[in-house]
Amino acid sequence: MANVLTIAEQRKGELRRISFELIGAAREIANSTGGTVASVLLGSNVTGLAATLGHYGADTVYVAEHADLDMYSAEGYTRVIAEIIRQKQPDVVILGGSALGKDLGGRLSAKLGIALASDCINFKVVDNGRIMVKRPIYGGRILANVTFKSNPQMFALRPNIIKPMDQDTGRACSVEKIAADPGPIRARTVEIKEKAAGKKELTEADVVVSGGRGLKGPEHFKMLDDLADVLGGAVGASRAVVDAGWIGHDQQVGQTGKVVNPTLYIAAGISGAIQHLAGMTSSKVIVAINKDADAPIFKVADYGIVDDLFAIVPVLTEELAKIKA
Amino acid sequence: MVNFTLSDEQKALQELARDFAQKEIKPIAAEYDESEKHPQHIIDKAYELGLMNLSIPEEYGGGGLGYFENCLVGEELAAACSGISTIPMASSLATTPLCLAGTPEQLKKYLAPFCAGPSIAAFCLTEPGAGSDAGSVTTTAELKGDTYVLNGRKCFITNGGISKLYTVFASTDRSKGLKGLSAFIVPADLPGVSAGKKENKMGQRASTTTDMIFEDVEVPAANLLGKEGEGFKLAMMTLDSARAAMASAAVGVARSAMEIAANYMKERVQFGKPIAVQQGLQFMLADMAIKIEGARLLAWQAAWMSDNKMRMSYQAAIAKCYAGDIAMQVTTDAVQILGGYGYMKDYPIEKLMRDAKLMQIYEGTNQIQRVVISRTLLQ
Amino acid sequence: MNIAVLLKQVPDTEARLKIRDGSVDHTDVKMVPNPFDEFAVEEAIRIREKSGSGQVTIYCLGQEKAKEAVKWAFSVGADQGFLLKDPAFDNSDLLGAAKVLAAALKKEHYDLILCGKQAVDDDAGQVAQAVAELLDLPHVGTVHKMELSEDKKSVVCYRDFEGGVEVVQSSLPAVISAEKGLNEVRYASLKGIMAAKKKSLVEMDLAALGLSAADIGAAGAQLEIRGLEMPPVRAAGKIIDGASPQEKVANLVKLLREEAKVI
Repeated sequence: MANVLTIAEQRKGELRRISFELIGAAREIANSTGGTVASVLLGSNVTGLAATLGHYGADTVYVAEHADLDMYSAEGYTRVIAEIIRQKQPDVVILGGSALGKDLGGRLSAKLGIALASDCINFKVVDNGRIMVKRPIYGGRILANVTFKSNPQMFALRPNIIKPMDQDTGRACSVEKIAADPGPIRARTVEIKEKAAGKKELTEADVVVSGGRGLKGPEHFKMLDDLADVLGGAVGASRAVVDAGWIGHDQQVGQTGKVVNPTLYIAAGISGAIQHLAGMTSSKVIVAINKDADAPIFKVADYGIVDDLFAIVPVLTEELAKIKA
Repeated sequence: MVNFTLSDEQKALQELARDFAQKEIKPIAAEYDESEKHPQHIIDKAYELGLMNLSIPEEYGGGGLGYFENCLVGEELAAACSGISTIPMASSLATTPLCLAGTPEQLKKYLAPFCAGPSIAAFCLTEPGAGSDAGSVTTTAELKGDTYVLNGRKCFITNGGISKLYTVFASTDRSKGLKGLSAFIVPADLPGVSAGKKENKMGQRASTTTDMIFEDVEVPAANLLGKEGEGFKLAMMTLDSARAAMASAAVGVARSAMEIAANYMKERVQFGKPIAVQQGLQFMLADMAIKIEGARLLAWQAAWMSDNKMRMSYQAAIAKCYAGDIAMQVTTDAVQILGGYGYMKDYPIEKLMRDAKLMQIYEGTNQIQRVVISRTLLQ
Repeated sequence: MNIAVLLKQVPDTEARLKIRDGSVDHTDVKMVPNPFDEFAVEEAIRIREKSGSGQVTIYCLGQEKAKEAVKWAFSVGADQGFLLKDPAFDNSDLLGAAKVLAAALKKEHYDLILCGKQAVDDDAGQVAQAVAELLDLPHVGTVHKMELSEDKKSVVCYRDFEGGVEVVQSSLPAVISAEKGLNEVRYASLKGIMAAKKKSLVEMDLAALGLSAADIGAAGAQLEIRGLEMPPVRAAGKIIDGASPQEKVANLVKLLREEAKVI
């Protein structure tokens, strides 16, 4: 029997989708082993959000509220979550592979003295409630199957791997308030600079449209913005154009950039160097547009168009706009 | 005994040169080949990193290393663009006579300031009537009091017009032919020193090649390198040492060509398979590798001998001749492997073939190299 | 300012990797300094240059060959380094590695500890956080810009998150991990390469760090690798036909709707 604890994430009073993905994953483990699913929710004034976590499958929500927990801080969140884990003794802990989860995980691991398997793309229950996770290493060129000697077994799940369960507003859960003491916080967020409204985050996007050297210049990213808008997706880029200064490094897809796993990945004017592939091969469907028939990207693309992207992309945008209309 | 491994410092230097060449030189090679612009920013950066003046003694501001290190760096820079790498290589050719025969006063006065900044020098020997036949030099240096007055015209001078210093070989006694040649340090700002128009070359086009005209140039007598009549010997000693570095440059060009060919063979699909499965092409690739490995070791040996103060005209000639010839063969075969694409300027391989050709011609034609080699065997 | 930088030697990202006997075969693979750690080294040197005094000390957990990475750091300006080397350290999991590094770091006082956000071999991205926790220091991770205060007692860092950029202020000492974009790593220079020869590189082993072998290395590892596999090879799909761009796009859209069912 495996009782699973997930770490929910909220920002400005709104629960983030990863919270539901983690509960979905936890449910799979709990259901197959006869265990329970709990979710930890930190913030100030967030009790109202707990019920929603129940709708997505949590049996219990532990709410820890404190003014100092309103914004995420590594030290504050680590102290409070570690204390909850010590108290509640779950068998499995799942964090999100989000910016917050990645920042928190290593600290939590050291505080509790238990290992963390990060950036997992798969998990399964093996003998007696033990978990085996699959995680990419060497930039995704190799996959490692890993089990835990430690307790609880703690891993971080990559965003967009598990689909959340359907929201069931009739589903109830119990809410337990936990006294929280975040303690002294020496590294504090003092400002948030929000992205332009509507600009989607690459690592969580369902559709990604990426551009490379074939775009010939930074001004042509506008064409990809239009295509991404029609598809409701995010725009990414190859390392070559990021290094050339055409676009910010926060939009680089690849081994030293971001790893994405959208349902649809469209690569325009990208040759397909190994380091780029490392960032997007787990996409469900890959479409490549490149005028060079020998470009390596065609070896991994499900659908390829060998043609000038300046001729293809606007036409594609138009066609898709017609359908969506 | 022989040790083929590089020291940690040599490996680090080679990595630095490779990194710099691949990141800064390679991306602009095609553009500078097309435009024939002079890449001063590359020279400036190379100077900053300590990649220029490698074999000039440290006390005058050089790297204090040997010709072996010149080879390591030379191969890497040439692998990115031999037009650009010829600039420091030819500059080294011009400063070597100073290192070989310069007095402390001359070195302090000319070499130290030269090494204090990203300067370039040029070696001026060749004339319209004196190519392989160096004894037919008609540029004269007439001693008038404590000044030599230089008059004459040099041609095909690499780094002409952009140099701070010219090492000029002029005749102080026409009747003595070769034995009348003398070498002079000629600062570029002396009145009467001018460059002709820039030559429009087949390859190595980022390298500036001009005539150099000397009209009643008054050179202080103190700028004579060594003694009157020692010029030819000095030129030959210089070329011997330089030939090892030049051979390494040829190896760099050939290596790049082979890599391009190998990558292409893996990607190009014909008859349903990559052409890399064709044994005929595999054998061509293998032959490229055999030649490159051999040429590299010949260059290293010649450089090592020079650094160990051994006579090495024979090895230097073999290294330069072989490396130049194989660079031409390898680049030609690489163009062939790329087929139609190899012929197009869109692809980087035809430039390598054009660049390689000069390596069979400059710093002593490969026919002269064979003269040197056979002469040694037949004496 | 005394700055420590954590540096790891890893296989080059372009290297062809092989799986042999259930682990990744490193023989004949080109090993390089971890690219993200390089940003950390560069930043440390810039800070030292700006402040006019202080030392940059490298800590590298690895085997003999990892000395090359430390020497590279010396050649771009780091002052001295420690190679943490002992068979007992081998095959540590992330926590084990953090314990070894923390034990070494504890021996000196550092105003700032820098490292890369993740190593490109294990891709775990936890060392900065774990070391910070073990040393009871604050940390800021995946920083792409940092500004030290005038009095050198605090630092303002900029980092990405889903939705924008977070500005985090931390007191010093702190552990900061570098994201790409923090700076541009300088080339070594000939002078730097020659100077590297003379810089101090000291080895520290299990005894020197006062650790228990049971806690670290293979003995202390809590994660067990049960098997390695190559990711499923994506087979090349189809190249879409069409006499014109319009036709090709029409065919693509049809396939995406009806076959792939993604739109």
